[in-house]
Amino acid sequence: MTSSQGLHLKTAVLIVIMVSVAPLGDIFLRKGMEQVGAMPGWMPGELFRFFFAAFTSGTVWIGIGLLLAFFVAYMLVLSWADYSYVLPASSISTLVVALLARFVLHETVRPLRWAGVALICMGVFVVGRTQPRTTER
Amino acid sequence: MLTAAILYFLIVVPGTCGEMCMSRAMKTIGEVTDFRPHAIVRTMWRAMKVPWFWIGITLMASGFFSLLGMLSVAKASFVFPATALSYAVGTLGGKLFLGERVTPQRWFGVLIVCIGVLLVALGKG
Repeated sequence: MTSSQGLHLKTAVLIVIMVSVAPLGDIFLRKGMEQVGAMPGWMPGELFRFFFAAFTSGTVWIGIGLLLAFFVAYMLVLSWADYSYVLPASSISTLVVALLARFVLHETVRPLRWAGVALICMGVFVVGRTQPRTTER
Repeated sequence: MLTAAILYFLIVVPGTCGEMCMSRAMKTIGEVTDFRPHAIVRTMWRAMKVPWFWIGITLMASGFFSLLGMLSVAKASFVFPATALSYAVGTLGGKLFLGERVTPQRWFGVLIVCIGVLLVALGKG
C-alpha cells in the first residue's frame, strides 16, 4: 500500500466513525431538549434554569458522550487532513440525521428538504474526490 | 423567530471559527500516527498546551450552547441540515485563516452543499 493510499484509508475509516456516532448523538440531544422544553428567553435567570435542566437530563448526556467520541475522531483526522476537506466530507452525516429524525423521532420531512439533503450529499461527493491535504507538513 | 436567528448565527459563525482554531492547534502538534489509547491521550495532552486549542474550545462551547437552545425550539431534521452552512464558512476560513489551497472542484462541491442548505431551509415544515 502506498503512503497516499494509506492516507486515504485512515482518513476514510475515521470519517466513517465520525458520520456514525455524530448523528446518533444529535438525535439524543434533540430528544433530550424536546423533554426540557423551549428556551424561555435571554434573561440570565431563564438561561440558567434552561441549561440546568438540559445538563441534568440523562438523554442529553448520552448525546454529549456520543459527540465526544465524534470529537476525538475529528481531532485525530484534523492532524493530517485539510479542514476544508474533512468538514464537507463529514457532512454525509446530514443524510443520516435526516433519516434518524424521520424514522426514530417520527418528524415530518418535506420532499424539498429531502432534495436539500440529497444536494448536500452530492456536494460531499464532489469534495470527497479532492486531495485530503493541500498544505505542507 | 429572532431568537432562532440569533442562535443560528451563534452556531454557524463562532462554532465554525472554533473548529478552525482547533484545526490550527492540531496542525501545530503534527500528524497523528499512533492510535493506541495512551498515545491518543498523550496527543490530546499536547494539544491542550497550544493556546489555539483553548480559543477553539471556548468558541465551540458557545456554538454548542446555542445548538442546545436551537434544538429546544426546532426539529432535528431542520437544525442539523441548516447548520451545514458552516461548510461554506469553514472552507472560506480554511483558505484565509489556515492557508489551505481550495481547488475549484472543492469550491464547486461547497456551492452544491450551500444550495442544499437553502432547500432544507425553504422546506421548513
